[in-house]
Amino acid sequence: MTELAPVLSAIWDQDKSWKRDTYVKSGGYSALKKALGMEPNDLVQMVKDSGLRGRGGAGFPTGMKWGFLPPDDGGPRYLVVNADESEPGTCKDIPLMMANPNVLIEGVAITSYAIGCNHAFIYLRGEVVHVYRRLLQAVREAYEAGDLGKNIHGSGFDLDVTVHAGAGAYICGEETALLDSLEGRRGQPRLKPPFPAVAGLYARPTVVNNVESVASVPAIVNNGVDWFTDMGTERSKGHGLFSLSGHVERPGQYEAPLGITLRELLEMAGGMRGGKKLKFWTPGGSSTPIFTDEHLDTPLDYESVGAAGSMLGTRALQIFDETTCVVRAVTRWTEFYKHESCGKCTPCREGTFWLTQILKRLEAGKGTDADIQQLLDTCDSIAGRSFCALGDGATSSIVSSVKLFREEYERHVTEGACPFDHAASALFDYSSEPTTEEAHA
Amino acid sequence: MTYDESTLKQLLADAEEIRGRYPVERSALLPMLHLVQSVDGYVSPDGIQFCAEQLGLTAAEVSAVATFYTQYKRRPNGEFQVGVCTNTLCAVMGGDEIWKRVSERCGVGHDETTADGKISLERLECNAACDFAPVMMVNWEFFDNMTPETALQLVDDILDGKPVKPSRGPDAVPTFKEVSRVLAGFEDGRADQGPAAGEPTLAGLQSAKDQGWKPAKGGAK
Ligand SMILES: Cc1cc2nc3c(=O)[nH]c(=O)nc-3n(C[C@H](O)[C@H](O)[C@H](O)COP(=O)(O)O)c2cc1C
Ligand code: SF4
Ligand code: FES
Repeated sequence: MTELAPVLSAIWDQDKSWKRDTYVKSGGYSALKKALGMEPNDLVQMVKDSGLRGRGGAGFPTGMKWGFLPPDDGGPRYLVVNADESEPGTCKDIPLMMANPNVLIEGVAITSYAIGCNHAFIYLRGEVVHVYRRLLQAVREAYEAGDLGKNIHGSGFDLDVTVHAGAGAYICGEETALLDSLEGRRGQPRLKPPFPAVAGLYARPTVVNNVESVASVPAIVNNGVDWFTDMGTERSKGHGLFSLSGHVERPGQYEAPLGITLRELLEMAGGMRGGKKLKFWTPGGSSTPIFTDEHLDTPLDYESVGAAGSMLGTRALQIFDETTCVVRAVTRWTEFYKHESCGKCTPCREGTFWLTQILKRLEAGKGTDADIQQLLDTCDSIAGRSFCALGDGATSSIVSSVKLFREEYERHVTEGACPFDHAASALFDYSSEPTTEEAHA
Repeated sequence: MTYDESTLKQLLADAEEIRGRYPVERSALLPMLHLVQSVDGYVSPDGIQFCAEQLGLTAAEVSAVATFYTQYKRRPNGEFQVGVCTNTLCAVMGGDEIWKRVSERCGVGHDETTADGKISLERLECNAACDFAPVMMVNWEFFDNMTPETALQLVDDILDGKPVKPSRGPDAVPTFKEVSRVLAGFEDGRADQGPAAGEPTLAGLQSAKDQGWKPAKGGAK
């Protein structure tokens, strides 16, 4: 049995856990002092040795990313923290920053020191005002305590931190779109290369890291590489937040070593709601191919989830029981991608539009068998042909669900209606009228 | 521009502070658009002009940016932006039904405002709170684990002019203009209100404590 490993979540239940004082009492900001006494290169090496991989979805090794920055040329270099968290199902960074913004600020200070950055940015999605308040306060308190600003703790190291609120656009989570947005432009992805490490914010060398990646750094500095690598699997080291949502008894944040299984997590979460049967789930958010109960024992690490045909992504485990119509779920996700497509490239802009049209028809029982094939063909012309990963992500749930639940798509066609009672999936009782004419955005 | 003298003076001072946060001033555009919303309740023609002048851009350039982002409103917004999450997870857990009832009660649809200017209604995409589904947001403050009853009570209270208290947020939801000012990067003294976390946020920690698990050396195998 894998045990949970509350590291980032360890003090979330303490009184006023978001205050600097609370954090300091539990050892907060001691890693920064330790780090400032180290050589920046040794810090980069330490994070490389820890095996920490990006927690924002792609799983790129964090220390290696830091090491990609070109040698110092005397000009500025930047750290930009990706706090845009908007991938459907993903709900870990927001509660982290709400409950303990200070661990992120400390991680920002250490990371900046390691990569030689004197001005770091935290790009927070705009739709979470209370999290913004707590971040602004944490930054102010850090300045007041001398953890940020000029000559931090007498080290000669200067660091300014700006917390920036976005304004509602999922695509701004894509790192180059984020940089354009942070520069005051429409948030549209840039052509890579050049990668941000070479030409990022203001065309300067830039590291873009996820909130959880950066927040994981202080504990590594404090407890050492062995402590971190003791957790996890061969190539997926350490702890991570697993976010369970949907039809489980106790949804929420479960911080565990990578490699834990859904079966284990479900047991900790009290099982499926009302003892119902698991039907399908996303291992890493809506952009990752769906799984079924056949994957209950797949270790949730990068390699195993990949080998099973999906992606670990953001460990956003959205769990749906047997009452849920998979066509309905997939249609809704697809509408999301259509809504969020930035419009820059044709396969994604046009493709997500057509996918939505076909899926809505199918969901309403007005589709044909040919529509199912048309769906797959349209996915073919988007995946691998889009400018950024949003387009690929839009096709994941469609292709995987048709593969796993083709007969359910077909039933919508043959029965001329959705065979499911939507009310049965809800958390509260209501009687659902025939719902083919739901108001759509 | 039609701002009166004291409004303009405050705007100029705020804009100056915002610009000071960035090494390149164009980065100030997004917060500055939030700022003009905090004065006008939407991105008004005056607001666009103001941002353009402050940052040496054309009004067309500012508009092109403003229209890209859903939080910038092109028409005068309601005092309360009420959103019901209807992305998949919340929709399935009951968000669709909540949306239907709330929309009926308000008598307006997506992206519309009630005649009294109290509520602008919106179908939301995932707001990073799926473990609290079904979720609503009022002026971007969290209302967790909603039911049709609590949702209708919430909009009734807003329509009646009563203060409403989010599950995880300040003691009462500030107005659209007030939160827009926070989004422009100005603290409002409410950071210490409300809880650190909701029950789901603590579910794993609680479970670990019940079992006596700690991520100590070798402990988390
Ligand atoms: C459409 C899209 C949305 C994304 N949204 C986020 C996000 O909200 N947060 C995040 O950290 N990474 C997001 N990413 C991944 C980032 O592009 C980037 O890989 C990540 O921030 C790197 O940080 P990491 O290496 O620490 O994971 C997104 C990618 C795409 C294609
Ligand atoms: S794939 Fe979609 S989101 Fe990405 S650049 Fe193309 S249109 Fe924009
Ligand atoms: S789906 Fe509603 S908050 Fe994530």
